[in-house]
Amino acid sequence: MKVLVPVKRVIDFNVKVRVKSDQTGVDLANVKMSMNPFDEIAVEEAVRLKEKNKASEIVVVSIGPQQASETLRTALAMGADRGILVKTDGDVEPLAVAKILRAIVGEEKPELVITGKQAIDDDSNQTGQMLAALLGWGQGTFAHKLELEDGAARIEREVDGGLQTVEVKLPAVMTTDLRLNEPRYASLPNIMKAKKKPIAEKTPADYGVDVTPRLKVLKVTEPAKRQAGIKVKSVAELVDKLSEAGVI
Amino acid sequence: MASLVLAEHDNKTLSDATAKTVSAALAISTPVHVLVAGQNCGAVADAAAKIKGVEEVLVADDALYAHMVAETMETLILSLADKYDAILAPATTNGKNILPRVAAKLDMPQISEIIKVVSPDTFERPIYAGNAIQTVEAKLPKKIITVRITGFKSPGEGGSAAIEKIAAAADPGTAKFVGETLSKSERPELTAAKIVVSGGRGLGSAENFKLIEKVADRLHAAVGASRAAVDAGYVPNDYQVGQTGKVVAPDLYLAVGISGAIQHLAGMKDSKVIAAINKDEEAPIFQVADFGLVADLFQALPELDQELAKRGR
Repeated sequence: MKVLVPVKRVIDFNVKVRVKSDQTGVDLANVKMSMNPFDEIAVEEAVRLKEKNKASEIVVVSIGPQQASETLRTALAMGADRGILVKTDGDVEPLAVAKILRAIVGEEKPELVITGKQAIDDDSNQTGQMLAALLGWGQGTFAHKLELEDGAARIEREVDGGLQTVEVKLPAVMTTDLRLNEPRYASLPNIMKAKKKPIAEKTPADYGVDVTPRLKVLKVTEPAKRQAGIKVKSVAELVDKLSEAGVI
Repeated sequence: MASLVLAEHDNKTLSDATAKTVSAALAISTPVHVLVAGQNCGAVADAAAKIKGVEEVLVADDALYAHMVAETMETLILSLADKYDAILAPATTNGKNILPRVAAKLDMPQISEIIKVVSPDTFERPIYAGNAIQTVEAKLPKKIITVRITGFKSPGEGGSAAIEKIAAAADPGTAKFVGETLSKSERPELTAAKIVVSGGRGLGSAENFKLIEKVADRLHAAVGASRAAVDAGYVPNDYQVGQTGKVVAPDLYLAVGISGAIQHLAGMKDSKVIAAINKDEEAPIFQVADFGLVADLFQALPELDQELAKRGR
């Protein structure tokens, strides 16, 4: 079974984001970039499937600037087999990403696509669901646990009330939640090995997809700041203050 | 033209998230219709009909919709989509699961988790875990939108919408519900509670989390947790407050043993009053807390419980 894993290059989750003063976006200059954390979980799950002999090949895809090839190298060092870089500068909306991925699925014919449930930059939480819909496939979003059965995937999902299990026919799309697994760090020998793994370079036009944004971002601003309050000295004083504030 | 709002419910009770989403819809395109898809969900439809401003409630009552499986919900909503220029759902796990499928099939981008309707085609939404706010314009024939409910107030009751039964749509047969493990609790629901008491890694164990629960019960509060506490297995996943968990905005958020990572702050910083108890006075949680107490939570929590009892809580 072939597994396809799309990965996105985003600002590292530990970096404090700064909004640009001209309100055109956030400052990406000289900022540490990493693989979207949910996508790392997706790569890890695919690698574990391969280690259990349930996956035969793992193809990773990244849609972004030239530097997204570094994100692909990270995935290759974790254990993916080869990469596809779909080169484009500027923001690509989730629907356009899903259309490119649909075309890649058409060529690669994976049985399972594993994506992160959302990217921590635009927080959209759309791509996996959109891809599944475009392909007419079933989906298991916000996955907590995956079990492969004959021709189907049993996916336990993190939902508002607790956990829900669905069974989806393969091929299918799964999106990862935080507790699906804990991604590994790539070892130095594997990082060296990853340098020799192939990455094909493509463009959105190769897949016949127009990536021009259809939503217009008018501005990006700082959220309202909360003022730090006061320190109280005792539990009794805390209760006094909360009573005065009328919240208890 | 009109808006269609997907109702959030458990077949018995209508979630308040629905009414808040109706508020957003009223500011985008009227009249507003609510779609209740479920099984034996008549009481939910009756409740939806009472939301002020709702003109019509469409009810698809069928075993196919008992658990709102995304693949079946997609075909149902698509069967209705022609009549609407805005389709909205609360940004619950159901809304997030279902709506992007509808958007993709309509070839429309989705606008996720709006917190404000600036004008009928302009919206504010948080990005980067709420560290930036994006104002986005959508000049589109159909607007597909999920709504972060903490940004909207319920329009209240007083409506008397017509209730219309609609037929089930085709079942694509690609996915089916198998089972669920839901957290049972007598406490208020996390996203609807007036008071939330949350615990973090500082609690150290599932057993110690009872200290949080005791105080929460005294205050009739919901119990929340940081990602660290959930990852460590102290509490189930549905307790998680934060960027990728639940977003809450209660009157009082009491954070105990939570350092205050930006991902956690993203889920609670719109609370009216934030109080924090942490033994590390440098903890970032104190930068957003209205009232901070630097103390060992294992002393402070029992003391807090007694103090509240003393004052008749």
